[in-house]
This record gives sequence, C-alpha cells and structure tokens, in this order.
Amino acid sequence: MDDDTAAIITSCIEQYREVPGGLLPLLHAVQDKLGFVPPDSVPSIAKALQLSRAEVHGVISFYHDFRDVPAGNHVLQICRAEACQALGARALEVHAKSSLGVDFGGTTADGAITLEAVYCLGNCACSPSVRLDDQIHARVDATRLDELLADLGDAAG
Amino acid sequence: MMGLRIFLPRDTTALALGAERVALVLDEEVQRRELTVDIVRNGSRGLFWLEPLLEIEQGGTRLAFGPMTATAVPGVLDALLSDPAGHPLYLGPTADISYLKTQQRLTFARAGTGDPLCLDNYIAQAGFAGLENALGLDSQEIVNAVTESGLRGRGGAAFPAGIKWQTVLDTPGEQKYIVCNADEGDSGTFADRLLMEADPYQLIEGMIIAGLAVGATQGYIYLRSEYPRAREILELAIARARAESYLGANIRGSGKAFQLELRIGAGAYICGEETSLLDSLEGKRGMVRVKPPLPAIAGLFGMPTVVNNVLTLAAVTTVLEKGGEYYRDYGTGRSRGTLAVQLAGNVLRGGLVELAYGATLRELVEDYAGGTYSGRPIRAIQVGGPLGAYLPESQWDTPLDYEAFAGIGAMLGHGGVVVFDDSVDMAAQARFAMEFCAVESCGKCTPCRIGSVRGVEVIDRLIAREAKEQNTALLLDLCDTMEAGSLCAMGGLTPYPVRSALQYFPEDFS
Repeated sequence: MDDDTAAIITSCIEQYREVPGGLLPLLHAVQDKLGFVPPDSVPSIAKALQLSRAEVHGVISFYHDFRDVPAGNHVLQICRAEACQALGARALEVHAKSSLGVDFGGTTADGAITLEAVYCLGNCACSPSVRLDDQIHARVDATRLDELLADLGDAAG
Repeated sequence: MMGLRIFLPRDTTALALGAERVALVLDEEVQRRELTVDIVRNGSRGLFWLEPLLEIEQGGTRLAFGPMTATAVPGVLDALLSDPAGHPLYLGPTADISYLKTQQRLTFARAGTGDPLCLDNYIAQAGFAGLENALGLDSQEIVNAVTESGLRGRGGAAFPAGIKWQTVLDTPGEQKYIVCNADEGDSGTFADRLLMEADPYQLIEGMIIAGLAVGATQGYIYLRSEYPRAREILELAIARARAESYLGANIRGSGKAFQLELRIGAGAYICGEETSLLDSLEGKRGMVRVKPPLPAIAGLFGMPTVVNNVLTLAAVTTVLEKGGEYYRDYGTGRSRGTLAVQLAGNVLRGGLVELAYGATLRELVEDYAGGTYSGRPIRAIQVGGPLGAYLPESQWDTPLDYEAFAGIGAMLGHGGVVVFDDSVDMAAQARFAMEFCAVESCGKCTPCRIGSVRGVEVIDRLIAREAKEQNTALLLDLCDTMEAGSLCAMGGLTPYPVRSALQYFPEDFS
C-alpha cells in the first residue's frame, strides 16, 4: 500500500471509529475514495474498530457492493429481477455478456466496463432497467444498451 | 406569460426516461423566447408511463404533456400560446387524468406537486400538521391514535404498528431507536423510492412522531444503495429539516429531541428483513436474528427499537393530522387505510396507484395498467415481490387485502404487482425464485442456504424432463422443509412462487 492510500484509509478510520455501527459507512467511504477496499487495509480497520480481521473480511465479503479489486472505469449493472424479466431482461443479459465478452463480475479486457448483476433498481414500471455508474436507464433493449455504451466510448474519446 | 410555472420531474424514472435532455432543451427554448417562467423540478406523481411528465401551470390549472421528449419541447411551448389541446402529447389538466383522479391518495397526495426539497411547499400542503398535533400529546396518546387507526406495517409482514409502538413505549431502555426500513428490494416495488424522492419530509415527519411516541431520540434510515437519487434527496432533506430545527436537540422549541441519520446498505437483499437490517446497521454481516427477543424489546444495539417501513412511518403523519378514525375509515376487514399498489413488469401503464384496501387485482391490471406493454394476453401476475405467488387468471378477483391473499396461499407484501404475458416460461420463473434465494440467502438457516441450491438443481431436472413424478415430489418436499425450517421470510416464502408455478402452470413443467 502506498502512502497516499494509507493516508486515505487512516482518514476514513478516524471519521468513523467512534460512530456506532460505523463499519459499513467506513467501508463505503474507503470504496468511494479508492474504488475498492484494499485487502491490506483490513488489519488497520480491524484494529481501530476492535474487531478481528476475520470479522472485517466477513463483512466485506458478505455485501455485493464491496469489492477487493478495483472495478473498470464504468460499472454497468443489469437488473435480473422479475419485473425486468417480464420485458426481456434475460435477453438483455445475454446480449450484454456476449457483446462485452465478460460474465457478471467481470471487467472488459481494456478495463473500460465492469458488468454486474443487480436485483431491482426500483424502476419496475418502465423495465428493463440498467444502471450505468449512478445513472439509471429505463426501457433498455439490446440496441439501447449498445447506444449507451457507444456514448461512453465517445465521451472517453 | 406572467406567473407561468413549468414542472418537470427529476425522479429516478423520469431521469431514466430522458428528463434531463428535456430539461436542457426547455432551458434553451425559454431563454431563446425570453419567457418569464419558473421551472420547477418536482418529484413524480407516479404516473410512470407518462414520464417525463411536463406540466404547465397557468391560471391555477396544471396542464399535462407526456411522455415528453426533447424534440417535442418547442412544439409544446408553441401550442401553449395557441391551442394546447391540439398538441399530440397533451393530456389535459393533470388533476383530471383518470389514472390519478380515481385514486385515493393520502400518503401520496403531495407527490409530484412541487420541489420535494421545498419546505414551504410541504408546509403549505399540511406538512408537519401531524407533528404539530403530536407535540401537543403525550406518548401514550400518540400510540393510541396509531393503534386506533388500524395501521399495519407496509413492508409486507402487516404487523399492527400500534402494538409494536406500544411495546417499545412500555419497554424501559436508556436509548431507544426508530429505524426506517428503506431497503426496498422486492422487484416490482418502488413506492418507498417514490415517496422518498417526491415527498421526503413526510418520512422525516413520521419518524419524528414515532420518536415522540415511544421516547426514542435517535433515528436511522437504512436506504439501499441501489437508490442513488433517493440518497441525494434524503441527505438534503435531512440537512434542511435540521437547519429549521425539525430535527435536533430541540424540535421547534418543544424541548424534545430527535436526531436522524441516513445509512446506506451495500447490495444485500436480505437486509430488508428487519433483524438482518439491524445487524447491518450495527456494522455486521446482515444475518437474520432469532426472534424472540423482538426488536421492539431488544433491537438496535440491544435497545428497544421501532423498525417500520417507509410507508408505515409516512402514513403516521396522516393519522396524527386527521385522527386514527379518519384513516381507519378507508379499507376493508382488518386491512385499514390505503395501499400503494405498484404496477410493474409487462404493463402498458405502469405506476403507483394508491387506493383503499379491497380493490381487486383485476381492476388494477385491467383498469389502471390497461393490460400488457407487449399487447399480448396476461398469463401470470406475481404479487408481493420475489417471495410472492404467481397467480393465474382464476385468482385475479381476489381483493387486495392481507387476509384474502393469505387465504389463497399468496401474499400482498409491499404491494408490488408484476405482470407477465403469455410468453413467460413459468418453469424458468420457478427456477429463478430458487436461484435468487441461493444468491441472497444470509446463510444462517440450512434449508434456505442449501435448499435453494438443491431447488435449482431439482427444477433443472424437471425442465430436462427427468423423472417427473419423483422430482416433483422432491421439490414439494424441499418447499415444505424451507417453509418450516427457515427463520425468516427469505427461506420461508421462496416456496410460494415455486409452488404456485407448479400448481397453476403445470403445463410448463411437462
């Protein structure tokens, strides 16, 4: 771990060590700043919160949101839940996996996109839904998904 | 064009359907035409099939246009000066849209009427009237009003709120807590999100009232991370409520205290179960707890805790504003008040419909939803989220009432209605129910953790047409074990969609 990373983790620990039940907010803060929770930050977090390393690791691994390696530049979540299934989410999932060449949890070879499954984005009246970073998109079919991804490429280029 | 106001929602669904592109062109056109208008970014009214729903207020009447597109903006502004009704996207006065007009909106009365963060707008529409009344009552009187209202928990379990509050009030504890369960993870549900994005102060007000009722001075909203827009709005709403001393050490000079903190979940469906939610709030893995002790007696950090859904806490504001009797007069049987039905999945007109309990599923999907989006016949309706039963047409005349649904082996849950057309493969849906349980089980109970994995395998064998009778018997036996041997609804109710698929749609398994 480099000095900058260590400093960020220390500041997150200081912010939450006295907060009741502060481990989740602490992990969110670390991940917001670094993009992931570095496995070598676990001992210092555990020590500060008077927990065992196993307990901290257990929390990180329990929740889908926390990652121990960085994601790609963008995170694409495809809703797999029933309301989206009712309007074609299964086909959309197949299309996303094949066009990106990764399975759920995978990151494209160029590091541009991490593909994830999500179970409901609360946009169930206008399915299928996807979330691209913090933006949710409605009525997404294969064509629309390709457009969204192409727009990302344009923005990056 | 004096006093012209234009409303354009900035809620998740409106944004997901392109509201920002509409807003951009609207700004440009307003400037280009040198119009004097006030553009309000409101919440949604929940008529999601019409989003982005643009409203123009003229002479006290709001005219609706939708679903708006960026390219339609100049035409709508032109039509406004000449003949609004002539525009193809014209929907008439918003208040006259029958989908909205025929609803009985108590909790969602304010949704979409204005800027969700504007305290003046909230107060102008009876906001904080319930709190004001509550501040004049003692704790027992507040609990009595809630008990009298017949209000039951809106999260799905439908436990009487008054009994829960009474238990917390009667249990001594040096620090009591109000926890709002805003981990709305059921597919097909969005009512909590809509309320938090369109009328966040109502939730805050309900939580303050709950705090006064049971003697709790600390509240937490546990919001799922899948709701980034609700998070932004709640953060701002809490800050503004604090700045105006609705929250803090001295609520509006009353000498009473209530602090409120927003906590964000981390993508675990099980944390919508109240005891896992409490573990998660304590900074642990979201593992289900054994009950008893009830959270009302030993909840967050072992202290007496009210855990209520967003809509339960919101409904309390109506109860305290208008009285328990007023609220109880809506509804049927032991289901009192109004239910926020969420029409989702393959529906033509998806959205939120708030009605007194007792309407039938058929009225909802035919009259409000208008059938399927695909135009094909409806085949199955899943009510109550991923743990709810799939219902065939023979069951659609069941009234929306907790006991009536329990009577047909189904559950009303949080009011989510997910419609499927005749292209649905019910064996695949049954398989998904087990798969979802396997992904999201907290792992505490073996029937849920392992049974769901075995369930997927057995259904796979049924789909492959292997030993039909034996595998069906095995699957039903597995369902019995999960139902009887799981601590919470995750393992205990996953058999509902599976059994109902087998029972009502056997042709998909043979």
